[in-house]
Amino acid sequence: MATALALAGQLRQQFEACLSAPVEFRGEVTLAVTDAERITEICAYAKQVLGFDYLVDLSGIDQYGDDPRWAVVYEIAGLAHGCHLRLRTQVSEEKSELPTVSSVWRGANWHEREAYDMLGIRFRGHPDLRRILMWEGYPYFPLRKDFPLAGKSSDVPEVAFTHPAPLEGGPFVTVAGGSDTIEREPRARSPRE
Amino acid sequence: MKSTEFGYNSKIEGDVVFTRVDAALAWFRENSLWPMPMGLACCAIELMAAGASRFDISRFGAEVMRFSPRQSDVMIVAGTVTYKMAGAVRRIYEQMAEPKWVIAMGACASTGGMYRSYAVLQGVDKIVPVDIYVAGCPPRPEALLDALIKLQKKVSRQPVVAGLTITAAMKGASAKRPEDAVAATPVGG
Repeated sequence: MATALALAGQLRQQFEACLSAPVEFRGEVTLAVTDAERITEICAYAKQVLGFDYLVDLSGIDQYGDDPRWAVVYEIAGLAHGCHLRLRTQVSEEKSELPTVSSVWRGANWHEREAYDMLGIRFRGHPDLRRILMWEGYPYFPLRKDFPLAGKSSDVPEVAFTHPAPLEGGPFVTVAGGSDTIEREPRARSPRE
Repeated sequence: MKSTEFGYNSKIEGDVVFTRVDAALAWFRENSLWPMPMGLACCAIELMAAGASRFDISRFGAEVMRFSPRQSDVMIVAGTVTYKMAGAVRRIYEQMAEPKWVIAMGACASTGGMYRSYAVLQGVDKIVPVDIYVAGCPPRPEALLDALIKLQKKVSRQPVVAGLTITAAMKGASAKRPEDAVAATPVGG
């Protein structure tokens, strides 16, 4: 019976130069991919040789203030052996580009479009890299940390417009596990509270 | 049977109702408001409940949900309108034939609700004229029925004939009804 750690070891053996040692935390194994340019190759090997036939999720992360700014996380699993592995790679803001894995798992198509739409990370070789949630022509990438929650004004005539939402002192957040309703209900709170 | 009855005939004249043309036409209108169900989120589930047997919107003549804007009278915007959807909502409203009304059902359609974000239109009244706002998240079917009854009252006050192109012969008659012109101003808001 293959374990995630053993499979991660096999993957590392194959790509020693661009993979860090697997880290296990609470039963989940993560491998850091140091060279984002080789991600397609690594993923193809993981799928074809190691049996990771299912891309559970692919998401971009904005590590605002850190360099490199973007992280892209690949959650992969094999339905036959039931093991789960996480690949994590980083891309600088200047580059904001890495190869697509949609040629490996077709399901990556929409995930990569979402990462592009929300953060502006481009996936080279993607067959159809259009926005998926916002409309074509929207000028911002709304899940970036420096984008205001209320949004910004934009206008694409005949297509769509946006205006900043009135936050009225918000965002209103709840405190989980508060002792009474007043404590638990959504209120405008400073991050220190 | 000889049909030579003259004078008062209770079988006929007992059923005669005298009214104004406007009032009769408004009565026809208000009791057959065909909704355009603009279901966009969970409010649409309550809208479906309002149409089903327990709440039965057909008691008020509005059971004919038309999925074509060209056959509908009232657009019920039930749910969160995103900016991406706003263009489609506006387009469908414009395709509806006059006279037309809009019910903004629920907090999201009325004001954007809890979605104070970059993606959500802050109230459908920014793109279409709203007649009735329904509070709730989502509103119960009773609240929607209440809105429909309020809309019926509004429709009953709106002149039908006076709103049409008036021919020279009719002009004198319609000008005598200033109260209709007052009632025709929107009461939504």
